[in-house]
Amino acid sequence: MMRFIWPLVAFLVLAGFLYVGLGLNPREVPSPLIGKPAPTFTLPQLHEPDKKFSSQDMKGKVWLLNVWSSWCVSCREEHPVLVELAQQNIVPVYGLDYKDNREDGEGWLAKGGNPYVLSISDTDGRVGIDYGVYGVPETYVIDKQGIIQYKEIGPVTVQKLKDKILPLVAQLQAK
Amino acid sequence: MKRVIILLLCLIPVFAFAGEAKDIAEDPVVEKRMVGLAENLRCLVCQNESLASSHAELAEDLRREVREQIKKGMSDKEIVDYLVARYGDFVLYDPPVKSYTMLLWFGPFALFLIAGGGLFYQLRKRRSSMPEAELSPEAERRAAAMLNDDKDKQ
Repeated sequence: MMRFIWPLVAFLVLAGFLYVGLGLNPREVPSPLIGKPAPTFTLPQLHEPDKKFSSQDMKGKVWLLNVWSSWCVSCREEHPVLVELAQQNIVPVYGLDYKDNREDGEGWLAKGGNPYVLSISDTDGRVGIDYGVYGVPETYVIDKQGIIQYKEIGPVTVQKLKDKILPLVAQLQAK
Repeated sequence: MKRVIILLLCLIPVFAFAGEAKDIAEDPVVEKRMVGLAENLRCLVCQNESLASSHAELAEDLRREVREQIKKGMSDKEIVDYLVARYGDFVLYDPPVKSYTMLLWFGPFALFLIAGGGLFYQLRKRRSSMPEAELSPEAERRAAAMLNDDKDKQ
């Protein structure tokens, strides 16, 4: 009997590791920026390029920074969710138009609705690099002290909003 | 006249130079250092390609960033730290030894030791459990006779 126990245990351990490995998403790379101050930036606004917007302007507020682009396919999936979120007026959403040109970005918002308080243009993608953006869309939850508390990689869904993002926002706003 | 025309025709290729891929030829020293660094960094978009070989747009941007930092005179370590601060240890093809990479670094050795120990234990157990074959006096005499017989023949 004992002869079979150890191979069986070894098999089960290996099978367990492989099973967990199957469920992991290799595209989700944990961000080292969580719990750290959000990188500061000052960029021209998408609709009024003469005006600048700085991340410093948001001190004292909980806000979402959503990285999007007119060329981004998954953003189409996410967009209606953000539009609906904006209507609920729970948390301000700011958009970072990543590596896009102004006309395309404006056209995309005119067509699909604009969920953003305002968007900023990151034409050469440098602010994106500072935020560790590697796949649009990405969404950051930033607290009153300007600390990144959460990062959603890929499209925000109704489920993710309900389960994770909105409870976190409520908790941060109460602080 | 004909000669002049031929001469002019010969000169045409001089003006027909191709546009170089600008950022590559700019400074061979910077480029070499950049490629050396980027070969050990992972592209986050196409994860099994290095930053040096990937054609993803993000990889191009990051190569541009690395190039600029080299020109600014930053050391290799500073540049790698810059990328790690943004994208995490995931960008390194050679992960550092940390508490959560212990299993990765030492797991294979631990498995080897466990397997080796198990094998050693099993072999010893088997040897001690195997009874020494005992021969009766009669059998021993026969065996000796056979062995001697063998020796005589040689």
